[in-house]
Amino acid sequence: MKTTDPLDTAGALPRALPTGALDLEKLNEKTGAAIPPPSLTPLERLKRLASSSSLTAIVVVIALIWLTPTFGIFITSFRPPSDIQASGWWMAFAPPWHFTVSNYVEVINAQGLGKAFINSLIIAIPGTILPTLVAAFAAYAFTWMRFPGRDWLFLTIVALLVVPIQMTLIPVLNLYVSVGTATNNSIQLTGSYLGIWLAHTAYGLPFAVYLLRNFFSALPSDLIESARVDGASHVGIFTRILLPLSVPALASLIIFQFIWVWNDLLVALIYLGGNPDTSPLTVTVANLVNSFGTNQYEVLTSAAFLSMALPLVIFFSLQRYFVRGILAGSVKG
Amino acid sequence: MATIAKHTDQQDNARPTFKTRRASSRDWQTAWLWAGPAVVFVAVFLVYPVFNTIWLSLLDSTSTTFVGLKNYQIIFTNPSLLEVLRNNLLWLVLGTVVTVFLGLVIAVLVDRVRIESLAKATIFIPMAISFVGAGVIWSLVYQYAPVGQPQIGLLDAILTRFGLPPQAWLVNASVDNFALIIVYVWIWTGFCMVIISAALKSIPSEIIEAARIDGASEISIFFRITIPMINSTLVVVATTMVINLLKIFDIIYVMTGGNYHTNVIAVAYYQQLFSFNNFGVASALAVVLLLAIIPIMYFNIRRFRAEARQ
Repeated sequence: MKTTDPLDTAGALPRALPTGALDLEKLNEKTGAAIPPPSLTPLERLKRLASSSSLTAIVVVIALIWLTPTFGIFITSFRPPSDIQASGWWMAFAPPWHFTVSNYVEVINAQGLGKAFINSLIIAIPGTILPTLVAAFAAYAFTWMRFPGRDWLFLTIVALLVVPIQMTLIPVLNLYVSVGTATNNSIQLTGSYLGIWLAHTAYGLPFAVYLLRNFFSALPSDLIESARVDGASHVGIFTRILLPLSVPALASLIIFQFIWVWNDLLVALIYLGGNPDTSPLTVTVANLVNSFGTNQYEVLTSAAFLSMALPLVIFFSLQRYFVRGILAGSVKG
Repeated sequence: MATIAKHTDQQDNARPTFKTRRASSRDWQTAWLWAGPAVVFVAVFLVYPVFNTIWLSLLDSTSTTFVGLKNYQIIFTNPSLLEVLRNNLLWLVLGTVVTVFLGLVIAVLVDRVRIESLAKATIFIPMAISFVGAGVIWSLVYQYAPVGQPQIGLLDAILTRFGLPPQAWLVNASVDNFALIIVYVWIWTGFCMVIISAALKSIPSEIIEAARIDGASEISIFFRITIPMINSTLVVVATTMVINLLKIFDIIYVMTGGNYHTNVIAVAYYQQLFSFNNFGVASALAVVLLLAIIPIMYFNIRRFRAEARQ
């Protein structure tokens, strides 16, 4: 029997879920559905076997349907352009086999995908670290300090979780422009990385505060209180007790925020204004689709696959945290 | 683990932290120092813009003259914008129903097979892929070529293999919205499946066993026991889909650009902003989105407070 299944452990599931859902290892054993009672006749046994294997067949077919589209562009991205136009990607498995990496060389150098990959990292790394830090401080205050308006403020932030980003774009853009004129363009926020870092920090905060506050408040309060009684400072408690205990929650949050920023198109389009020198992968790939249409699949497929590579690596290597982060953060605006 | 966490959580809410010490003004200052940066960010980038956008939606295209509700009147009378609202409604209904239904069906199916975790991982993979990437992936699936030319799109290749005429999936207005919604379903079904699957496993097996012993059929067990017991999870998943679908942008932006009668609110917003430079209508569209989301926001807060009280 399976004992560890990353997709089953949902440590940071939305809180309305039944708490029993988190206790999965035990439940997997309990719900061993197909244990036949010993009194079955051979015919009944055969029937059960047939129905369970036909069920497996159905599941395999569904999984294949889900996998096929991605597999299609993966294969296409390694085919020579003339082959791509001449036949469907499934024909690549018939001889003569022609595969090439020249599409990737082309998009990385000539189409600027290499630069875009770096830009995505430049945007996503501070765009992940900043909101995580700011949110961790705030969540600490919301959980372990008392001040007037605390619960009210926290509820406001939770409510802002689902505000559509579209509600904020024009005013923030106007604000960025006026900061530019007020400082004689010595602080440039429109079309600059600084501007998009700040925007991602703000948009990421409601969810980050919500997740971390939930996690902090589930920690034993005796631990923090006794540290206070022993004279530990807030900074000391935060760095020496809270952060080490919060590694799982922080990992889920960081992965969720990183993937969110990495895959974001709208915020980058708005705040970077489509300048190819600063554009991340999503904007660059979207531009390629617009300019090439669907005539140059060798460019589009290899570019799209490059843009998906890092999230896929994170998915396969850190599946547990990835799934937790995605599940918990799904409601984010 | 879960029960311990729940327990201490309850204690916290019943008993304020550090109640032995009275909060002094110095404590407030420290607290504001810690929460301050987050509050400032949220105030500048979320709270102020929400009110400002509501105000801008009452001004003309260049935000200079007050025009009252004229922008809203445009949205609800202009034929192309009405189509945008209709399309968004189609996305909302179909996207939610199909993802939750498929998520439920697949969760039930994989629960009974040995390859459960592999199958779930496969269906969850698209969650890692950006909408832009998914747009390219599915453009190739939907790729159209006239009869006689090589069909490199999977769907049309299958159609022509059976002697049927190839379809322009992303151009033909009678199918293109559905073709785009399928891309969303492909991405988000895995999410629904994983959450519903966790809820299914939390149903005590004694209840199911007892029903079986009493002679209940598998079908009536499913509708009379399973569904009612995971009802709250289904509601959470469906709300998440509704929020997502209201704001759907990237798939349409990349795959059709809102052409061929596939436009939705978020793309129309972007066009009003950058193609038509109409800040008034753009803001009004954003406000329509917000108004549609407010009931869900209210529902979320109520649920959150109910959980905090428990």
